[in-house]
Amino acid sequence: MNGLVHGAVYGGVIASVLLTTIAFGIWFERKFAGRMQSRLGPTIVGPFGLLQSVADVVKLLQKEDIVPRDADRPLFDLAPVLAALFSLGVAAVVPFSPTIIASDLDVGVLYILAVGGLMVIPTFMAGWASNNKFALIGGMRAIAQSVSYGVPLVLAVLVPVILSGTLSVSGIVTYQANHHWFLTWPVFIGVPAFAIYYMAMLAESNRIPFDIPEAESELVAGVTTEYTGAKFTLFYMAEYVHTLVGSAVGAALFLGGWDGPFAPGLHWMVLKTLVLFTVVYWVRWSLLRLRSDQLMVLCWKWLTPIGVLLVLGAAAWVQFVPGGFQ
Amino acid sequence: MIASYIPMFLIIAVGILLATVFFLGSTFLGPKQAKGAEHNTPYESGSESSGGRHVRLSVKFYLTAILFVVFDIEAVFLYPWGIKFRSFGWLGLVEMLGFLGVLVIGLVYCWKKGALEWET
Repeated sequence: MNGLVHGAVYGGVIASVLLTTIAFGIWFERKFAGRMQSRLGPTIVGPFGLLQSVADVVKLLQKEDIVPRDADRPLFDLAPVLAALFSLGVAAVVPFSPTIIASDLDVGVLYILAVGGLMVIPTFMAGWASNNKFALIGGMRAIAQSVSYGVPLVLAVLVPVILSGTLSVSGIVTYQANHHWFLTWPVFIGVPAFAIYYMAMLAESNRIPFDIPEAESELVAGVTTEYTGAKFTLFYMAEYVHTLVGSAVGAALFLGGWDGPFAPGLHWMVLKTLVLFTVVYWVRWSLLRLRSDQLMVLCWKWLTPIGVLLVLGAAAWVQFVPGGFQ
Repeated sequence: MIASYIPMFLIIAVGILLATVFFLGSTFLGPKQAKGAEHNTPYESGSESSGGRHVRLSVKFYLTAILFVVFDIEAVFLYPWGIKFRSFGWLGLVEMLGFLGVLVIGLVYCWKKGALEWET
């Protein structure tokens, strides 16, 4: 009973903290992008423009809620809510410290893949329900991209599972804390696996260079073309939450999670997550968008075969290398 | 067992709360204008909407969906194996080698057939 209350409280707290972090994450990205382009970024609202996101949300809520003619109303309204729920839901099994974890599931990795994979559904709902060509094409592209990159993602995530022999996320982190981070050893398996995970994570959350589903120059805004006000805000937040939680999962599976010297576990986990989160935006403001066919070729002809090799490599490592599995 | 999923419901509750606050905020703060006939037409960069919404999509999308089903089923087999293959020893590794071999042959077949080409 005690553990239940503990978990429930952490569930609520983690979700709330994530949403607050997102507000400042958006501010941070805009500052970061500004500096990269020799601008200042937001400076007006609050000290250093810190309250910019709050102002933006209030502004967006003041916008008219437009529903296009002949839209599929229930699906149109439900899609942004589901997007927010699914992106937050993954956070439940991410361990932020040995004790700060909402639910230490035995099948945590499967839970992450399952709930993360559900993100396709709100995208499709929004694309279909909008009664708009751009939204439908954007939705189909987004689905093709998400399901394609799901394959290398599954293979990359399998590598830490094989190396540690458990599906529990905290179990994987504990294994890394007792032995070595998977990124550092075995380095020739860990580094490519992490690279594949990171690229797939960027693709799943539709970040540059994989943001073809909402390529402005050809598709207006993809699935969010017809969304305004509160519903657009939810989609926008869901996208950032997805990226942040994806960074946290990457930190837990490959970078040793809360493991680190001198400081408490929570500090290390937050630091690693924020570093990965920052790199997403570093990439975003540095690179250009890939073409649709380049994206698919990268996924199916490069990442998937390499992923299969990595899985076999990890299994062989565990089986044949003395001390590969303790 | 089911108790370990209660935090998920809490997280979902936070998400629904957020959505409710946003929807209510939008209802109370948003403008309610008189709407003309063209107000709710689908957005098409300012030009009049032409044709139905059901545009013809490339068959590549369906092909990708099939490929996904084929290659994601592997996860169902790979994950239990990934945890348990230590106790199977050599046999487990060799058998999975065979399974992945068949899968890779399938991928090569799709590749040679041009199913992975997206250039028009």
